[in-house]
Amino acid sequence: MISFEKVSKIYSDSSAALDEVSLTIRTKEFVSIVGHSGAGKTTLLKMILAEERPTSGNILFESTNIHKLKRHKLHEYRRKIGAIFQDFRLLSGKTAFENIAFAMEMAGRSNKEIAADVPYVLEMVDLGSKMWNFPHELSGGEKQRVAIARAIVNQPDLVIADEPTGSLDPINTYDIVQILKKINDLGTTVILTTHNKGVIDSLGKRVITMEKGKVIRDDPTGKYVL
Amino acid sequence: MWTSTKRVIKAGFMSFYRNGFVSLASVLIMTITLFVIGSVIFLSATLTASLEEIKSKVDVNVYFLTSASEAEVLALASSLRVLPEVQEVEYISREQALENFKKRHENDELTLQALSELSENPLGAVLNIRAKEPSEYEGIANFLKRDSALSSTQENIIDEVNYYDNKASIDKLSGIMNAAERLGFGFALLLVIISILIAFNTIRLAIYISRDEIGVMRLVGASNTYIRGPFVVSGVLYGTLAALLTLALFYPLTYYLGDATEAFFSGLNLFAYYLSHFGDFFLIIIGSGIILGALSSFLAVRRYLNV
Repeated sequence: MISFEKVSKIYSDSSAALDEVSLTIRTKEFVSIVGHSGAGKTTLLKMILAEERPTSGNILFESTNIHKLKRHKLHEYRRKIGAIFQDFRLLSGKTAFENIAFAMEMAGRSNKEIAADVPYVLEMVDLGSKMWNFPHELSGGEKQRVAIARAIVNQPDLVIADEPTGSLDPINTYDIVQILKKINDLGTTVILTTHNKGVIDSLGKRVITMEKGKVIRDDPTGKYVL
Repeated sequence: MWTSTKRVIKAGFMSFYRNGFVSLASVLIMTITLFVIGSVIFLSATLTASLEEIKSKVDVNVYFLTSASEAEVLALASSLRVLPEVQEVEYISREQALENFKKRHENDELTLQALSELSENPLGAVLNIRAKEPSEYEGIANFLKRDSALSSTQENIIDEVNYYDNKASIDKLSGIMNAAERLGFGFALLLVIISILIAFNTIRLAIYISRDEIGVMRLVGASNTYIRGPFVVSGVLYGTLAALLTLALFYPLTYYLGDATEAFFSGLNLFAYYLSHFGDFFLIIIGSGIILGALSSFLAVRRYLNV
């Protein structure tokens, strides 16, 4: 589904954030990427979202080279991906319902679909009762669940989760990981980066370990080893 | 298409309402800008009216010899009237001139007595000539000097043209008026530019606050039009509200200043002017407000869309 072909990213100070990374992620896989801060995990994800361009190499999503897409076509490409971040990135001026509705509006869905689907996904992440709350009225775990609901409401092909549990307590962390697993079971590819050893070990799925911009280990049913 | 237009407009209104304080500040700043634009219009109207008034007080008088016949004087008057520079020619007959003279000196027994001693009217006819522009008096004076201005009998009927006496002051006055017009225009332009920049910057700051949100919208897959739309709608809303506020502010202000300006600026009542030109004011102020709001938003968002 996604393949990196000798992708390098060199920031201006000539230290490589990514150094000739090549890897392939297949459809319906659940892939965890681990590594110390600065190992290049987030850069890798930003490249998939076309937020950053590689200095050299190609990234293919299905068969399109995503960094050859025209600027005005980018937003259509991004709708195929649901993204979740450590800092939630909700629209602070919109309620939980509106945050999710916004993503659906972007995808050109009708008001009727929005009225039906938004409560459904919010129920799925157990937030049915907080539909009309603004982000600042929600706890960290609740915000992250809104973000997940937003990421999956358009049934994307791929969900990217960049340290989604980074600022959550163990119980919320467990909940979030369970939701991600459920999404994967329903047939969506998931890419997860995390520092949490417990999360990785409990998943028992493919683990890619990165260090200094390189992939140093790629286990099909890995443990967190660093 | 219609659904998304409706959504963009709704989102614009919503963000205006929810960012109440930022909206209020932007509206007030824009009100100041539009107020400046409106004041400039008032200022130029006042200036024009005053200059017109001064111009109308300048004229050139042609004094005729007592021997000049009425027909000759009237012939000259009608040949003056066809000149393009001439605004108005007023004919004062010999009898009228005497009348005016008597009236002017009605408390001066001595002069009246001396006048009654004379067997005939010592005053000649007079033409008061008013030009369209003060600088054109010279041409008119030259015309009067030429042969064509003389009577058919080739005899000079003109006693005196007082242009040459007044030349220095007329030249000076026309210089001052040109300078005042230019200076007023330059000053107004400067004020307008400064206040537009301030309004533009305020809206930029209002959007700067939302730069993270813009980033999030992009990640969720929003197209540029969809991100920009609500900001432009808010900008138009700022402009419209500020314009209405400005128009409302001018009402009591000109009412209050109306009588004072009428006395001071020779007959231009600002309040009456505002009411009679309300349509123009409405279009100019609302138009400037909407264009300023929409354009500022449009340009300000562009900065955050280039990722």
